[in-house]
Amino acid sequence: MSTQILMPALSPTMEEGKLAKWHVKEGDVVKAGDILAEIETDKATMEFEAIDEGRIGKILIPEGAEGIKVNVPIAVLETEDGEPAPQDIPATMQAIREALAPASPAQKIPSPLVGDAAPKARVGIEAPAAPAAPRSGNGAAAPHTEQRLFASPLAKRIAERDGIDIASVHGSGPRGRIVKADVEAAAKGGVPKPAPPREEQTPAKPVAAPEAHAVSAGLAPLPDARLFYKEGEYEAVPNDSMRKAIARRLTSAKSLIPHYYLTIDCDIGALMQLRARLNEKSPKAEGAYKLSINDFVIKAAAMALMKHPDVNASWTEAAILKHKHADIGIAVDLNPGLITPIVFKAEAKGLIEISNEIKSLAERAKAKKLKPQEYEGGAFSISNLGMFGIKEFTAIINPPQSAILAVGAGEERAVIRDGKVIAATIMSVTMSCDHRVIDGATGARYLQTLKIYVEEPASMLL
Amino acid sequence: MAESFDVIIIGGGPGGYVCAIRCGQLGLKTAIVERENLGGICLNWGCIPTKALLRSSEIWHLLHRLNEFGFSASDITFDLAKIVERSRKVAAQLVNGVKGLMKKNKVTVIDGEATLKGRGTITVAKNGQSTEYSAKNIVLATGARAREFPGLEADGTLVWTYRHAMVPKEFPKSLLVVGSGAIGIEFASFYRTLGAEVTVVEVLDRVLPVEDEEISAFAAKAFAKQGMVIKTATTVEKLQRGANNVTATLKSKDGKIETLTVDRVILAVGIVGNVENIGLEQAGIKVEKTHVVVNQWCETGVPGIYAVGDLVGPPWLAHKAMHEGVIVAERIAGVKGVHPLDTSKVPGCTYCWPQVASVGLTESKAKEGGRRIKAGKFPFIGNGKAIALGEVEGFVKTVFDAETGELLGAHMIGAEVTELIQGYTIARTLEATDSELQVSIFPHPTLSEMMHEAVLAADGRPLHI
Repeated sequence: MSTQILMPALSPTMEEGKLAKWHVKEGDVVKAGDILAEIETDKATMEFEAIDEGRIGKILIPEGAEGIKVNVPIAVLETEDGEPAPQDIPATMQAIREALAPASPAQKIPSPLVGDAAPKARVGIEAPAAPAAPRSGNGAAAPHTEQRLFASPLAKRIAERDGIDIASVHGSGPRGRIVKADVEAAAKGGVPKPAPPREEQTPAKPVAAPEAHAVSAGLAPLPDARLFYKEGEYEAVPNDSMRKAIARRLTSAKSLIPHYYLTIDCDIGALMQLRARLNEKSPKAEGAYKLSINDFVIKAAAMALMKHPDVNASWTEAAILKHKHADIGIAVDLNPGLITPIVFKAEAKGLIEISNEIKSLAERAKAKKLKPQEYEGGAFSISNLGMFGIKEFTAIINPPQSAILAVGAGEERAVIRDGKVIAATIMSVTMSCDHRVIDGATGARYLQTLKIYVEEPASMLL
Repeated sequence: MAESFDVIIIGGGPGGYVCAIRCGQLGLKTAIVERENLGGICLNWGCIPTKALLRSSEIWHLLHRLNEFGFSASDITFDLAKIVERSRKVAAQLVNGVKGLMKKNKVTVIDGEATLKGRGTITVAKNGQSTEYSAKNIVLATGARAREFPGLEADGTLVWTYRHAMVPKEFPKSLLVVGSGAIGIEFASFYRTLGAEVTVVEVLDRVLPVEDEEISAFAAKAFAKQGMVIKTATTVEKLQRGANNVTATLKSKDGKIETLTVDRVILAVGIVGNVENIGLEQAGIKVEKTHVVVNQWCETGVPGIYAVGDLVGPPWLAHKAMHEGVIVAERIAGVKGVHPLDTSKVPGCTYCWPQVASVGLTESKAKEGGRRIKAGKFPFIGNGKAIALGEVEGFVKTVFDAETGELLGAHMIGAEVTELIQGYTIARTLEATDSELQVSIFPHPTLSEMMHEAVLAADGRPLHI
């Protein structure tokens, strides 16, 4: 008996990934729970464990292969009595071929299939040339995720006539150029006509289709930067999957979400004093903690969200989803790159718990060990650049969330109080709001509450 | 131990040798088996030597118009042997060129006749000796030959195929050409221009039947004006061979029988694939109507065996074979982004006088299925360069999808149109629409301006008429 080991979906939105490392080789005996491989998505690297015991009969996808679709067989596991049924291999090859077909031609998949035997070669080389399947989600490496859209004039005309969003069509022409056949296939295959904002759309949450279409249809492609610089005058650093994901997500977020911004100054003098007092009380050994200003801001933001459920919400076409808990994403600098792990139910957590959780999340984010469920979801994010001396800034909303708070540095400023100029420690925060969900006054009321909680942390106890 | 290759190509014609070059470029260990001369029919007995012959007839034609251009000459004669000799030299030069290309691309040339022997193995027979070779991939490119019908067989003296017609020992005073496709019409043009009485018989109701109807009609008129006799919807019932002539019995569609006595007959009624004696049946390769059946990737269905060119389906053109050769080479090498051949992007050229060239759909084919089209036409007489050349016969026609602006087809007849058609082929391949062609700048004064005008004419706005 032999069974196929399939490419796992390590998160609900995962469609493909990189087979970063094999921990087993052909012939190895494994038992359930053994680590078989490391799978890398654009967000994290995860270990993939064996579910059954058996012997690794054949490794089908080599280490380093990128863009492996979920559910593609990656290895054959022989259970009990040894040899794989001979017909399994061709069937598996076929499955791989079909699964790989829509992958971008630009991807380098060190194919195990272009081998020395003729039948294998035939199967292997058919893959890249198979007709492009309509793309249902984000095929991360497809050329059209680049800013400039390559499409033939005829393809553009047909797309326009038939109301197909050409940006959502997979290009099969030279260098991924979108040609007539691709648009026609897309029309037949029922590719969503308007461009859905890709990753932020989970199946259960259909996103505003008409807006998406209107925006994407009106966008002029940006020029290719390479046209402006002499070759040799720069170094071209290939974009890794995280860089591509950031580009893709933030481009669609900034293009498709109607952002507006509210800034408020908070006097954090009392907070600083409280923080100093509390940190002094930290045990020296076990249970030691060191609260940061940001920990207070997170707690305050969570408490304010509970008071203003209109802000703690997500947009869908049919309804606004009002969340029952304050799940707050915290932007973590990975230098390069960033990720936004989430402190769930922050409203119910104490400062120490929040503080420790963030330390753990940040450490694991840097090690690329976060699980998808640790960074997916939430309704609100906080990005703090205060430690760099940034006074104030605006951030891009992280869909499916509706707001993000950009926190600046707490600094001594001259303020006028009761007609007198005095020194105070002021921290400016700017909230970016999705106007579809949060109206101006709603956002303002939220910030008013937040200001009170930050300026007088004890009021959170009221 | 048999010598082994990544790819062995059987047949050294344009499909085979181009496949070999591409395989060589892609670093595959490649061999090509040829029983006669590299270059196949195209270089040895087809495209190239006939173009050399037609060049001679074109000069003959111009010599008879010297007065028009301000020259005079008397006693103009031609030497048939020299015309043929030049044609053979041209062919020989190119065959040598192909040999050089094989060497340059490290392709082993195997002399002899190949037969498939089981998977991945062939034997090559030469002078009674048989040698075995093995290959991971085998490409069949054995080409085709003239089709003959019972009672209509070529004998090489009185009844010719293209092969005999290309190397005439004496000039026939009268000639019957059976079939008005590209091959038939080119020979009809050559012999008529040099002074033979030429009758062309075509079973269908128009000459050059694969071309657009308007092209066929214009060509028929032009040929008639040159003194060619065209009999469409007519079949040859019988050929009766005399001592140095042939009497043909012709039957028209309405049942009228007539006889015609001519010096020579040229059979040009299509081709049959060279499917014999290469072990196709034993290998399990499917053959239908003398051609090997393949999928869009030129795969025969037997793993590792491909077939290209005239051996497989139409259009039976050298450049189509070459393109298939490249596709197969790249597929074997695992090159990404290879696309199947799209026959609607394969141009066709006929080097008669006036020349005919086309790509894509004819107007009537384009209208099939109720598609809304717009067609544009521009005559040579409206083009400055054509008038300066003294070549005012012909026109250029475009067919567009009225909705999408897709260039569905282009059809041309007149001087040098075979050199022009590539412009429309590129436009079609790049999926340019009428909008892009309208704003493209064509150099003045050239014949190519007619291509622009025919695009504008499709919108009712040609500039020079």
